Amino acid sequence: MVQFLNQEGEVVQKEGFPTFSEKEVKKMYELMVLARVFDDVALKLQREGRILTYASLLGQEASQVGSALAFEDQDWFTSSYRDNAVWITRGFPIENLYLYWAGDERGMKIPKSINALPPAIPVGSQIPHAVGLALAQKLQGKKSVAIAYFGDGATSKGDFYEGLNFAGVFQAPCVFICQNNQWAISMPFFRQTKSETLAKKSSSCGVEGILVDGNDIFAVYYVTKQAINKAREGGGPTFIECYTYRIENHTTADDWKRYREAKEVEEWKEKDPIRRLQKYMLKAGIINEKYEERVYKTAETRVKEATQKFESIAPPSPKDMFQNVYHKLTLNLEEQLKWLE
Amino acid sequence: MAVMNLIQAINHTLGQQMAKDKNILLLGEDVGKNGGVFRVTEGLWQKFGDSRVIDTPLSEVGIISVAIGLAIAGLKPVLEVQFDGFSLSMMDQIYNHLGRIRKRSQGKYSSSLVLRIPHGGGIKAYEHHSESLETFFCHIPGIKVVTPSGPYNAKGLLIAAIEDPDPIIFLEPKRVYRAIKEEVPEKEYAISLPKTNIVKEGSDLTILAWGAMQKITREAVLELGDKYSVEILDLLTLSPLDKKPIIDSVKKTGRCVIVQEAPKTAGFGAELAALIQQEAFLSLEAPIERVSAPDVQIPLAKLENFYIPDASKIIKSIEKIMSF
Repeated sequence: MVQFLNQEGEVVQKEGFPTFSEKEVKKMYELMVLARVFDDVALKLQREGRILTYASLLGQEASQVGSALAFEDQDWFTSSYRDNAVWITRGFPIENLYLYWAGDERGMKIPKSINALPPAIPVGSQIPHAVGLALAQKLQGKKSVAIAYFGDGATSKGDFYEGLNFAGVFQAPCVFICQNNQWAISMPFFRQTKSETLAKKSSSCGVEGILVDGNDIFAVYYVTKQAINKAREGGGPTFIECYTYRIENHTTADDWKRYREAKEVEEWKEKDPIRRLQKYMLKAGIINEKYEERVYKTAETRVKEATQKFESIAPPSPKDMFQNVYHKLTLNLEEQLKWLE
Repeated sequence: MAVMNLIQAINHTLGQQMAKDKNILLLGEDVGKNGGVFRVTEGLWQKFGDSRVIDTPLSEVGIISVAIGLAIAGLKPVLEVQFDGFSLSMMDQIYNHLGRIRKRSQGKYSSSLVLRIPHGGGIKAYEHHSESLETFFCHIPGIKVVTPSGPYNAKGLLIAAIEDPDPIIFLEPKRVYRAIKEEVPEKEYAISLPKTNIVKEGSDLTILAWGAMQKITREAVLELGDKYSVEILDLLTLSPLDKKPIIDSVKKTGRCVIVQEAPKTAGFGAELAALIQQEAFLSLEAPIERVSAPDVQIPLAKLENFYIPDASKIIKSIEKIMSF
């Protein structure tokens, strides 16, 4: 398992340890804090009935932020419903995320500058889309790559294998980022697979598989960057297993106490990815209480503003459901639109 | 002007369109060097090469879902499934993504592609090779379903399908792949979607048929001779449906027989019957008759011909409503 920082924020692997500037490290920290505040507020908004069912990313900040920082604006990504920190890192408006999770599809209006497909709800179905996007870059002679985000559960699906296999055969410039958070709703890792790791699964398709400590943002960034550079230079696809943990429920409609031990959750809370980086930063002398306070305050203000913004948006028009079904309204839909009158 | 069968017409059209538009890619199992199991793509790999005519792994879900990504990135995939029964594993991707990405992305993306499926029975194939699944596809918002019945309209419809910004399911009547020969002009022509074609005008009754059933219908009408004045309509698209010619025709004739190869219950014929009773109710002189397969699995070769509607069943239905 690739790891640079241990739980105490100590550098345990010096060889290959990437040199990050203070600014870069701070950016990682700030984005992880922003993701956590966003997630925390989302859970509160859900409890208050202000957004609908929500899938928390708590504990997976390093996997999502670290990998999403490693690619460029022209690169594509596809994601699952738990990858909100990827979206935040790529600059997607936070108010749009809340709007979407509040049941307003206008939230998934993706800015022109972001090459991403809306999060996929059917598990694993987005994986081969990234392969197609990647293959298109290759066929069009572009240097862009595509990244597929998914979880451990998705690796049990056919879409995963068919996508990975295509990527292997056609050497698509694609990076597969699997966050193994060890639980697919109530199903633990050992009920998903008899495979020792998920990274091993990729070898059956001739795709390089890398296991990385998903709570070590340096390690996640490093392996993702390597994989993306490899893909960009024509070296083909890579599968990355980020070993992490889902601290929260599957979604707000779930109750993890029904199927897992509190002790296990507590143990993983100790491995918190943000605290790990904070400890490293303390040792490196690039963080102090004042800075930390400011980072949290800034994140809270930003999320609060996003909350106000999304809640001030007027409800969608019923007519909207007829838009974007086809490139223009069919005669049939024109007739049915009149039902609303 | 060359005389072509359906396979030649589709092959010719694909080649013509690919030469014109570099974004068009063919993907499928054995579509390259081998030219496809029905030889529809014969010679195209040799002409356009590996990166335009792409032999894929044996992976229907992979084909459709990778193609969705290709289409979103601006290419125009034209996909081949070897047989209709194998398209069912694609259904998750077709329903959840192909028909939905325009909606899900608020119009930012579309998965504009053509999925070609050799469709229906009658070729003495093995199990799962002879299914009539049009109703499944017609029930999916965001998808268009196109049903050519012969070489001439196959060309015009395929050009329109390739040009269309929405995803198209292109159901090729495999039973008549080589059985119908027509003159197909070299020049390009698109049959604008949706389209119901009036094949033959008449005043006593209207017959609605699509795909391979069009040929059977015409044979039945020929067999009847001058007994009745029959109007034949060819439904070249099922979704969206060009309904005006259908309503106008039934309003004129007052009688209607619908011929479908699929099982009866909840088949596309049921939708047509509902439409006609709603929009031409006062013109109806007799109940609408449906000729279809029974609600059973399509049998293997020995019983296939008892399952698929034939001319005698169509004539029986015509006689029934003409004597109502």
